[in-house]
Amino acid sequence: MRRIISVLIENEPGALSRVIGLFAQRNYNIETLTVAPTEDPTLSRLTLSTLASDEQVEQITKQLNKLIEVVKLVDLTEGEHIERELMLIKLKATGAQRAEVKRTSDIFRGQIVDVTQGTYTIQLSGTTEKLDAFLRAIPESSVMEVVRSGVSGISRGEKVLTT
Amino acid sequence: MEKLSGADMLIRALQDEGVDHVFGYPGGAVLHIYDAVFRQDKIRHVLVRHEQAATHMADGYARSTGRPGVVLVTSGPGATNAITGIATAYMDSIPMVVISGQVQSHLIGTDSFQETDMVGVSRPIVKHSFLVRTAAEIPETIKKAFYIATSGRPGPVVVDIPKDLTDPTNLFDYSYPETVTMRSYTPATRGHTGQIKKAIKLLAKCERPMIYAGGGVIQGDASSQLIELTRLLGFPITNTLMGLGAFPGTDKQFLGMLGMHGTFEANNAMHHSDLVFAIGARFDDRITNTVSKFCPYAEIIHLDIDPTSISKTVTADVPIVGPVDTVLDEMIELLAPEVAERSEKQQQMLAEWWEQIEGWRKQDCLAVIRDESEDIIKPQEAVQAVYKVTEGKAFVTSDVGQHQMFAAQYYPFDEPRKWINSGGLGTMGFGLPAAMGVQVAFPDEQVVCITGEGSIQMNIQELSTCSQYGLPIKIINVNNRSLGMVKQWQDMQYEGRHSHSYMDSLPDFVKLVESYGHVGFKIESRDELEPVMAQAMAIKDKLVFVDVMVDPSEHVYPMLIAPNGSMRDMWLRKGVRT
Repeated sequence: MRRIISVLIENEPGALSRVIGLFAQRNYNIETLTVAPTEDPTLSRLTLSTLASDEQVEQITKQLNKLIEVVKLVDLTEGEHIERELMLIKLKATGAQRAEVKRTSDIFRGQIVDVTQGTYTIQLSGTTEKLDAFLRAIPESSVMEVVRSGVSGISRGEKVLTT
Repeated sequence: MEKLSGADMLIRALQDEGVDHVFGYPGGAVLHIYDAVFRQDKIRHVLVRHEQAATHMADGYARSTGRPGVVLVTSGPGATNAITGIATAYMDSIPMVVISGQVQSHLIGTDSFQETDMVGVSRPIVKHSFLVRTAAEIPETIKKAFYIATSGRPGPVVVDIPKDLTDPTNLFDYSYPETVTMRSYTPATRGHTGQIKKAIKLLAKCERPMIYAGGGVIQGDASSQLIELTRLLGFPITNTLMGLGAFPGTDKQFLGMLGMHGTFEANNAMHHSDLVFAIGARFDDRITNTVSKFCPYAEIIHLDIDPTSISKTVTADVPIVGPVDTVLDEMIELLAPEVAERSEKQQQMLAEWWEQIEGWRKQDCLAVIRDESEDIIKPQEAVQAVYKVTEGKAFVTSDVGQHQMFAAQYYPFDEPRKWINSGGLGTMGFGLPAAMGVQVAFPDEQVVCITGEGSIQMNIQELSTCSQYGLPIKIINVNNRSLGMVKQWQDMQYEGRHSHSYMDSLPDFVKLVESYGHVGFKIESRDELEPVMAQAMAIKDKLVFVDVMVDPSEHVYPMLIAPNGSMRDMWLRKGVRT
């Protein structure tokens, strides 16, 4: 099952390598990973998505918690949550295709952020499923480059992940 | 406030931490630190011949005393040579602080001379590591390193210090923090009361219980609590390889070691039990055999300081995270009235359980099978002779292989911290330096290293260190002219094709040790065994190497049958299985 785990770690050199090393060392899977400092500059928030069974995810969260630099973590998929991923996609857009690409982008509430005579660069955000759906909706041959940020997430309601 | 250089701050911090011994080897990146070592007399530095041995010495020191072992090595090869010893300590949860020199800060990342990314190289085998950024943070980093190494589930911590930070010309205000708190590291100090009560309920109603205690009891200094609990309950108990000595090995309630080379009675009792109480043990693959067939009838209570150990391979019905000593204290208090009110039926069930266990015990699975007409020495008899002449009171270290298993099986330990071996990593070359660490900590005690001709050669250069520091270790070389355990597996699984398990061109060990100024004996017949061992043990001021020629064809039994076997499936001797 796909899980999204959000981790607060000390914003120190080497902390990230311990998290990534743990996944390699213990043979856990990482699908996506994003990391950036939080409003508290001593802390970074790292969000990762992984495919794991219930037993595996229990071990993953326990092993992450055991890392000295991990302050706190939450498995967002355990409760109601919002997840978002950002995608930048550069497409060939010429002739009749140009209007078609624009229309599809509008349907997905994408924004065209860069334009040349032959290309559009579209910015799209949403769940992983939505971004996947967009990629299915446009002709594969028009795709020049795709950049995805990986999943970020936050709990719904008043629940927060803080120290 | 006192002004000190980075190097002096480091040494002062170690002094303030109560460190009395450092095991190490100098080199370019730690020259400033070694100069600071030279200018003080509170910490004794022991100079090894190879950095791996420094880590094993510190490890032996830590296992025998319970205090963290400290290692000092230089950058690059000094640091990488220490890796095997750090991994050994990590696998067995041994508190250790390894200080490694690093190239100057401005050279880091430039592939400079003797540069290695020590924090990166050691990352998977340390509890934590620090690359110190400024000299001013040296005292606090050292405090944190010791706190992390010794608290919770102990383990090795690496502190990597660039050379420029120890420059003697730069002085800083020195003060050593009395305490340290880390928001991201708060090990459990007691167990969850609700979970403890659940465990008590199970312990009060079970009929075929088994206590399975591991190295966590020894590292957690909870041997007295384990003994009290086991006596109170009247349950059978087994210890893992790492837990030997946590419960007295000669006690009636003790069924011997369990697992791969565990006793017939311990493995059978585990298999048939209806309640397994695991204490400071981690259901290692050398214990469980096939996990899906492990303890099919048992509910499992698992007490451990490390939450990741719980339900990692075997799911616990009642997990308890906490320090073994305080949780057992609490349990003893709650159990006393329960035991006093035990029903007649339960008492009877327990008696029947013991009867069944005694039946298994009658197999006498450790009886040494031999042809009395032959003079050949069985390796088991060598260990039995050591036990006899040391009256079971020595510190015993071992290397890895058949001799290690024979030592675990035939030298029952009545006290914790007396049996010192590399259980998790299985590091050949561990025994001699570990014994040296023990002897440094206990100069007046009998320290015996039971080894084999394969293992001893993996750190034999330390015979020189033993000369320098006058360490009167007794080395018992169980010499079968082959890599016994490898050969045993080749006999059993590869139709006897002995691929590279034969030790050709062995040295004359007696002459070799004599060249270092030690004493050497060779034993080739059974009647020499005890008298020569006794003679060796009586030499108090010298290292004695006893080279014992043993039967090279002997196998270690019992032995769990893999793959697909359960704990009751064992080879009992050559060609005989359950």
